[in-house]
Amino acid sequence: MSKPPFEQIVTDHGPTVFRVVRAVVGPHDAEDAWSETFLAALRGYPRLPADANVEAWLVTIAHRKAIDVTRASARRPAPVGEVPDAPTRLGLPQDADPDLWRALGDLPDRQRHAVAYHYLAGLPYKEIAALTGGTADAARRAAADGIRNLRGTYPRETDRMGR
Amino acid sequence: MTTMTHAPEADGERLRAALPAPDDAVMSRLHSRLAAQAGAAGILDVAYRTLDSPVGSLLLAATEKGLVRVAFAVQDHTLALRQLAERVSPRVLRAPARLDEASRQLDEYFAGRRRLFDLPLDWQLSRAFRRDALARLPEIAYGHTASYAQVAAAAGSPRAVRAVGTACATNPLPLVVPCHRVIRSDGSMGRYAGGTGAKRFLLDLESAA
Repeated sequence: MSKPPFEQIVTDHGPTVFRVVRAVVGPHDAEDAWSETFLAALRGYPRLPADANVEAWLVTIAHRKAIDVTRASARRPAPVGEVPDAPTRLGLPQDADPDLWRALGDLPDRQRHAVAYHYLAGLPYKEIAALTGGTADAARRAAADGIRNLRGTYPRETDRMGR
Repeated sequence: MTTMTHAPEADGERLRAALPAPDDAVMSRLHSRLAAQAGAAGILDVAYRTLDSPVGSLLLAATEKGLVRVAFAVQDHTLALRQLAERVSPRVLRAPARLDEASRQLDEYFAGRRRLFDLPLDWQLSRAFRRDALARLPEIAYGHTASYAQVAAAAGSPRAVRAVGTACATNPLPLVVPCHRVIRSDGSMGRYAGGTGAKRFLLDLESAA
């Protein structure tokens, strides 16, 4: 079995990885985190076993790069962690739901990671635990707590759900 | 507010709906940035693009050494890319910049304004006798033809006529390495990787200019 051209990996998994890093590092640093992730993935791609789970491998890299990017961002003199107020920038997905971005950003790291990796990337809890440390059960609880907190801090979504 | 059961799948769906996939403009910007960074880092082993031409869409691929593959649409670009991933490197990205010069020269050729290609070539997809035979082809001048037997003789193996045919059929760099100028000894056109229609078109193009 041979590996597909890397271009195929970018096409197939680029959008999912972008959602994951956007949820983990926020809209502002998402493009940097995505770029770092795929550059590192391209570098390591020849050594990836042909039968590997590519998406899980990418999320593993994205997790490390997200931590790097967040640290680098925190060291900058004027960090911009908040979503800028831009009510008319329709069509830009990062502005689609600023309340949800804020709610995600307010989650403790473990919860945000568990929510992003499980709900956006579809990673099993066992693999999330291998990434973030702790047990699979702890990852499951973190994801559940994260979702509950999102519901609580995201009234518009709750309204929609209640309707 | 109505109470409802929050099934995990439903939560995932809601979350994905609220965080939509990036649009094409974002992905396209990220892709360009990746290609540029990969090139700068020296890990863009195979860069490729497609080029519209009078003989259909052409796939052009280059390593850092030079042009490594030209493929006609009838040869299946997806298959050609898979072969590149397997035989050269899986680090394959759509990255047009490296093919700018090749594209320009091919455009000039099809416009009748270029008779010779001046491009660095990477011959790694062609080996041994096939490579020796193909290396003789640029000696057949624009607008002229040679027979398979003549190419075999020029390559130092006059009896290897069939092998020359195979070399032409598997030429990784058609157009630039002009296997379309090789015809049968009886004057008939013979086969062509891009189809006989394309071969006819190229011979007509060159005889008209």
